[in-house]
Amino acid sequence: MNALRRNVLKGAAGAGTVAVAVAAGLLKPTQALAGVPRSAFEAKSVGDALKNMGAVSPADSKDITIKAPDIAENGAVVPVEVTSNIPGTSAIAILAEKNQTPLVADFGLMGGAEGYISTRIKMGQTSLVRAVITAGGKSYTAAKEVKVTIGGCGG
Amino acid sequence: MAEPMRIRATMAGDVADVKVLMNHPMETGLRKDAKTGQLVPAHYITDVTATVNGAKVLDAGLSGGVSKNPYLGFKVKGPKKGDKVVVNWVDNKGDKNSAEAVIG
Repeated sequence: MNALRRNVLKGAAGAGTVAVAVAAGLLKPTQALAGVPRSAFEAKSVGDALKNMGAVSPADSKDITIKAPDIAENGAVVPVEVTSNIPGTSAIAILAEKNQTPLVADFGLMGGAEGYISTRIKMGQTSLVRAVITAGGKSYTAAKEVKVTIGGCGG
Repeated sequence: MAEPMRIRATMAGDVADVKVLMNHPMETGLRKDAKTGQLVPAHYITDVTATVNGAKVLDAGLSGGVSKNPYLGFKVKGPKKGDKVVVNWVDNKGDKNSAEAVIG
């Protein structure tokens, strides 16, 4: 499974973090292996989130389409649709770059699942919405700016 | 305690189009209660998995950055009409829910 391999490939440091989280009871072992480590979801910057995901410098790709509104009147509900035409797409992550924790969701795809995800996200402010695709052990990315009139993260 | 979720799956050619609507407050833990001024504790779905005929097709990690009552659409190549899709979620408090649909 790709998610497992991603964790393993990250080597001692990453595996250590996960092991500590498991030991502390924060994660059930099954959860630790399912998708990206939770630490990526707590990262406060895009760079840290990517690092924790094991996708440090993804290559820009024109084969990724992000469908999202140019202007979102309500930042609490921003529809985002990501389509990856990259062969072998095995994961799609969605990041809202200026959110307090940029990584919104990561979707591991397997068993015939197409490179397509449609969901709704919260955005604190106008920012790039970035999709990071994993395919064949490599990372690819594309981004689209969404202007937010009213922030949706509360506070 | 968990409210029912809605799920629908339809075949379009050889691809099953699955749409799921989950009922969940998806609190980030950053929002303040307007009345008390206290932070509303984080309460959001952390993991969503989906299977078609028992084989896993989707394994997702979510954060509080996903909108309230999360919507999720995905597509799976290969299934036939009448196949069973099951979607499960777990939240950060250990609540869980599951729903299934027959692909039509």
